[in-house]
Order: sequence, then structure tokens, then C-alpha cells
Amino acid sequence: MSEPLLRIEGLRTVFRTSGGDVPAVDGVSLEVHRGKTLGIVGESGCGKSVLSLSVMRLVAHPGRIAAGRVMLGQRDLASLSMAEMRQVRGRDIAMIFQEPMTSLNPVHSVGFQITEAIRAHDPRASNAELRNRGIEALKRVRIPSPERRFDEYPHQLSGGMRQRVMIAMALACSPKLLIADEPTTALDVTVQAQILDLLRELQAETGMAIILITHDLGVIAEMTDEVAVMYSGKVVERTNARALFEDPQHPYTLGLLGSIPRLDEDRENLLAIRGTVPPPFNLPPGCRFNPRCPFAIDSCRAEIPPLRSIIPGHEVACIRAPVEASVAA
Amino acid sequence: MSVLLEVENLAKHYPVRKGAILARQVGLVRAVDGVSFTLNRGETLALVGESGCGKSTTARLVLRLIEPTTGAVKFKGTDITTLDGATLKGFRRNAQIVFQDPYASLNPRYTVGQTISEPMEVHNIGDAASRRARVEELLKLVGLAPYHAQRYGHEFSGGQRQRIGIARALAVEPDLVVCDEPVSALDVSIQAQVVNLLRDLQRRLGLAYLFIAHDLAVVKHVADRIAVMYLGRIVEIGEKRALFSNPRHPYTRALLAAIPHPDPSRKGRVTPLGGDVPSPMNIPPGCRFHTRCPYAQDICRQQDPVLKDGVACHLADQLPPAGVDFAGGLAPNAAKRLALYAEAAARS
Ligand SMILES: Nc1ncnc2c1ncn2[C@@H]1O[C@H](COP(=O)(O)OP(=O)(O)OP(=O)(O)O)[C@@H](O)[C@H]1O
Ligand SMILES: Nc1ncnc2c1ncn2[C@@H]1O[C@H](COP(=O)(O)OP(=O)(O)OP(=O)(O)O)[C@@H](O)[C@H]1O
Ligand code: SF4
Ligand code: SF4
Ligand SMILES: [Mg+2]
Ligand SMILES: [Mg+2]
Repeated sequence: MSEPLLRIEGLRTVFRTSGGDVPAVDGVSLEVHRGKTLGIVGESGCGKSVLSLSVMRLVAHPGRIAAGRVMLGQRDLASLSMAEMRQVRGRDIAMIFQEPMTSLNPVHSVGFQITEAIRAHDPRASNAELRNRGIEALKRVRIPSPERRFDEYPHQLSGGMRQRVMIAMALACSPKLLIADEPTTALDVTVQAQILDLLRELQAETGMAIILITHDLGVIAEMTDEVAVMYSGKVVERTNARALFEDPQHPYTLGLLGSIPRLDEDRENLLAIRGTVPPPFNLPPGCRFNPRCPFAIDSCRAEIPPLRSIIPGHEVACIRAPVEASVAA
Repeated sequence: MSVLLEVENLAKHYPVRKGAILARQVGLVRAVDGVSFTLNRGETLALVGESGCGKSTTARLVLRLIEPTTGAVKFKGTDITTLDGATLKGFRRNAQIVFQDPYASLNPRYTVGQTISEPMEVHNIGDAASRRARVEELLKLVGLAPYHAQRYGHEFSGGQRQRIGIARALAVEPDLVVCDEPVSALDVSIQAQVVNLLRDLQRRLGLAYLFIAHDLAVVKHVADRIAVMYLGRIVEIGEKRALFSNPRHPYTRALLAAIPHPDPSRKGRVTPLGGDVPSPMNIPPGCRFHTRCPYAQDICRQQDPVLKDGVACHLADQLPPAGVDFAGGLAPNAAKRLALYAEAAARS
């Protein structure tokens, strides 16, 4: 495969607490390729948002990047100055969030906010030019009557429309990578389908790469090329989207797949995963999934299993994968 | 099967006023706008539909937490919209609710034991000792331990708090439990635990559920029948298998087509429905779905279709067949390992 657009290497982001540094992202390595979508899936608190904020260098105190590199071409974003990083944001990498209302400013018009995003990277553009480009940006995200919407305020828009505005702002300077952190979680299913469709079309038009964060395996199957499954700050399985569903390896991935009801299958009981996610300040020894894992044995508690290649392009952090081989043995 | 609940032409309209002192009415929010259905004993009826279509308002009307504008709610044959005093209290004991947000619905100053026994105190059931014993029994029933009674809500995870909410609802032995998005705020692995628990309790206690959700896969798993709501109305209602394999209303079809399946071989099959839901202050004339319906004709813009044979659409009998293909299922390797997972989980 060609040189990746973004390479995250051994990223560790910690939060300082009275009890010491607590890891939210703990040694994550990932690659994002041009024009492709990397999905990141996992339950609440596994570190998906902190990972994306780390790439954007938006982790706020008491959090900080403690180790690792975020390579965009030859540059390590983790070691850029804040001024240099401001140039990267918007132009190279842009981000959209789950709740568009909290990221849009309620006192400014839609048009003002979009043109601000353009002006930040092109300070010499005239007002007329900014307005044109802003309306153009609204058109690109298929907002009906963009001239009228340009002068409206966020509260006058529906949730789906607000998410379109967020996408328009993020794409205003044609970034190479869009990080979408649960962009449709707060939306109804028909509106979600509109937004997913839009992201796919925009990707085909622009060739941008996408990191799509979600907890919905349906969205993963529908949208992504490569997938990383996260648990307790670590990537536990990494492969292409097809293999994740056709050849799932990590017991946590199996638990997730068993937990979701399917439209195309009738099951008496869902598999579920017993117990709950451990808090980052009180992690179990060894494999972090071991207290919940039905396959756990003593050696699972001895040390943290590293990601290893099961077949080329498919990595799993479990000493017992593939489980049928170890259960039979 | 005997009917437990009969809802007839129920409506809730909220006047919208402007002006501080001499407020005049400038509009009407038709939150629920003529809803009828029945629910049998021991059965689960799911209400699905997009945000703002009137699901929670319907739930509140059924429990008489709010007063209807028109319509009747018959519980075991008695219209509860006219009850008061002791008879209303008797109804309240029989019909309980579980909310979406287990955090917000628990009093932070109460121990879990107090939270669960409060409804028993309100309804004068048992003495202190028997209530304590009942709390222990309920905690075990929902998969918690007796010692949890002394703890406070904030010490529990989201899924555990939802278990506490369920134990509280069951404390007074209701026949009907209204579940308003009981698993929507939970992670999938915890959601599965709670869904399994609700089904298990239904089998053991013969409960009837009015189950509100927006995740159709969850609904398909828990419901016997499904009612699809759009802008304050039921547009289709039916047995769940029929509804999924042969959805008849164009809106039901659009909902099903919008669900992303956990199956990459179906990638790109999701088809979005155009446009936005109109405001319930400004419901379109004729069929309320006509502004977004790909099949809309002149008649649809003029005549409001009535719910007949489970569907409210002028063209229901003329539309081409559509439905979920049930042939998919898990891939072989996934199915094999999930079976090993289930075996191992049962052993340990
Ligand atoms: N400001 C903070 N201070 C302390 N810990 C934090 C802070 N922000 C995040 N964390 C911790 O970092 C971990 C990862 O959080 P993160 O928000 O990345 O999870 P997530 O996977 O995005 O979850 P969700 O699906 O709920 O959005 C969590 O355990 C969280 O408690
Ligand atoms: N007290 C009220 N005054 C005015 N309008 C109201 C009131 N309560 C609800 N509504 C409106 O009635 C409509 C139906 O609301 P309801 O809460 O029943 O929807 P829902 O289907 O439960 O939505 P969700 O999926 O978001 O929970 C909405 O448009 C809502 O804004
Ligand atoms: S390493 Fe052990 S505990 Fe961890 S997932 Fe594999 S079998 Fe389970
Ligand atoms: S009545 Fe007409 S507009 Fe309404 S759903 Fe049927 S075909 Fe569509
Ligand atoms: Mg997050
Ligand atoms: Mg609601």
C-alpha cells in the first residue's frame, strides 16, 4: 500500500489526577490512507474522542500527550508549536463533533461562522468573495436555499441541517483528512442516512480521508475501509471492514457483535458482555478485557497482550486468538 | 389473549402563546393527534418513530401524567382519563414507567433501597421489614446484590442504574410497564444485558410493555407488535415479522431502508429519505407524510388517510413489495466464534 496520509505511532495521552497520571489513550498506533475511511469503534470511555482530540492537539489541561508521534507526511504534529498547529487545523485536518449545536455559536449567523473558517486561512479574501464561497460551501453539503440559510441562525435549523453546516465549515478549506467524532449519533436514522450519504459523496468528490468514530457496528459496515476496535485506551483489533465481520478475532469484538440485535436473524437472547468497562484509574492487570472475558486464563492476567498479526493485515491483541484453536487445545 | 389497554383517538394539543400579559394564541402544537391502539396482557407493543413524533407524549397520556385534549385510555375496561382519588391511585400502582435516563430519574439523596421501596410506601404495601425483604428480592431479580441496597445511585454504572429503575418499577407488581427509551443511553454490551433482563422479567411475571425506542433492531428483538408513528399519528401497526418483511406504509419502508446493517456486503444499500420532518405546529394537509413521500399523488395532498387494516396510506395496496431480506445473518466464522463465546460464558 502507498505511504499513509497520517501515521499515529505509540500515542499515549494521559490525564493528571490526584492519584497520578491516568491513561486515556495508551500506546495506540494507526494509519490513515488517502481517500479511505478508517473506522474507530468501542464503548463509551474507551478513548475514541481523546484519540481524535490528540491528533488535533486539542486535549485540554489536565490532559497531555505523554508519548508517541502523529506523523502527517514528514511532520510530527505532536511536536508542533500551537501557532504551527493552527495552520494544520482546517487546512490539513478538520474535525466535526457529535452535537452540532454545542460547536456552533448561537449568536452568530451561519454565514458569519462559515466565512470565519475561510477567512482564517485566506485573510485577503474580500467580503463579496467570502459570501460567495460561503454559499458555495452550503451548496456543497446540499443545503436547500443556501442564500437564505446563509443569513439564518443555528437555532433556526434542524439537527441534520446543523450537522451539514458543521461539515460545510470543516470542508471550507479542503482538508486532506476529516475526523468525524460520532457525527450521526444524535440524529434520527433517516437523517443519519442523509449525512452518511453526504460524507460518502464528498469523499468521492474530494478524495479526502476520513476517520469515523462511532459505537454503531452498522455504521462501521456501511462506511469504512479499515477498522480499529478500541477497549480501555488500547486498540485490540485492527483489520479491514470485511474481515472484522467475517473473521472477527478478539473476544471483545465477538462480544460486541453478539450484543447487537440483527434485523436478519432471530435470537432468543442477546450474547451481551458481562460486567462493565473498568475505569482508567483502576485497570486490571494484564489484558484489560480479562475480568469480562469468558476465555480468560491465568496467563491473560500476567501481561498486556501486544497487537500481533494473525494473518497479514489483521492484528489482534489476544493471546488466545483464534479462540477455536486454543479452546480445542 | 385478553386486552389490558385500549387507547382510542387520543390527542394532546399544546397552545402556543405570544406576549407577556395579554398572551394570545398564535398556534397549536399537535404533539399527539389521534392515536388508537390496543395492548394485550403479557404483550410488548413498540412505538417507533423519529424524534418529536409524539412517542413520549403518548406514554405520558397513557399513564395520565398529563391530561389528554381528547380521547380515551381504557385500562382493564375503565377509562382512566376520568378517574380521581383512590381509583386513580389504584391505576397508578398497576402501571409503572422506566425512563431513558437512569441518572436523572433517581433521587441522589436516596439509597438504592429507599429508591426501590418508595413506591411501596406510597401505596401502603407491607411493613418496613417486609419491604426490606422485597427490596432484596427485587435486587436479585434484576441481577444486583442485596448489599447494593445501602449504596447511592452515583456509585453505579449506567446499566446498573437502569436495573435499579426497573426494580423500582416492579416493586408494586404492575401489569403494565411503559419503557420510554430504556436502553437508548447505554453502551451496546450493557444494552444487551438490560434487553435480556426485560424479556426475562416479562416471561416470569407476565408483564405487558409499551416499549418506546428509535432503534428498530432493538425493537424487532423485544416487540410482539410494532406501531410506527409520524407527526403525532400511527401510520402503520402490525405483528413485527410482517411489518419487517412486508412494510406497507412508505414511511415504514423509508425507516427500514435507512438502517445501516452490520454487514459490509450490503455496503451502500442505505437509502436516505429526503427532506426534514415538518413542524407539529404546521402539519401538512391531507396525508401528513406527503411532503416527503416518493409516491405522493393528488389525493394524498387533499385527503387524510385513515388507519385501516393496520396502515394509513391511500396507495397501500398498490405499492411494489419491499422489505428486509432476512437471509443475511452472521458470517460463518463469526457465528462459530460467537457460539464458542456463548459456551465459554455459560461455563464460567
Ligand atoms: N478532562 C478529563 N479529565 C479526566 N479524564 C478524562 C478527561 N477527558 C476524558 N477523560 C477520560 O478519558 C477516557 C476516554 O474518554 P473519551 O472521551 O475519549 O471516550 P470515548 O471513547 O470518546 O467515549 P464516548 O463514546 O462516551 O464518547 C475516559 O475514561 C474519560 O473519563
Ligand atoms: N409541554 C409541551 N409544550 C409544547 N410542545 C410540546 C410539549 N411537550 C412536547 N411537545 C412537542 O410535542 C412533540 C412531540 O414530543 P414528544 O416528546 O412526545 O416526542 P418523542 O417522539 O418522544 O421524541 P424523542 O424521540 O425526541 O423523545 C414535539 O414536537 C415536542 O416539541
Ligand atoms: S488475552 Fe485473554 S483475557 Fe484478553 S481477550 Fe484474549 S483470552 Fe480474553
Ligand atoms: S397517502 Fe400518499 S403521501 Fe401518504 S404515504 Fe400514502 S402514498 Fe405517500
Ligand atoms: Mg467520545
Ligand atoms: Mg421521547
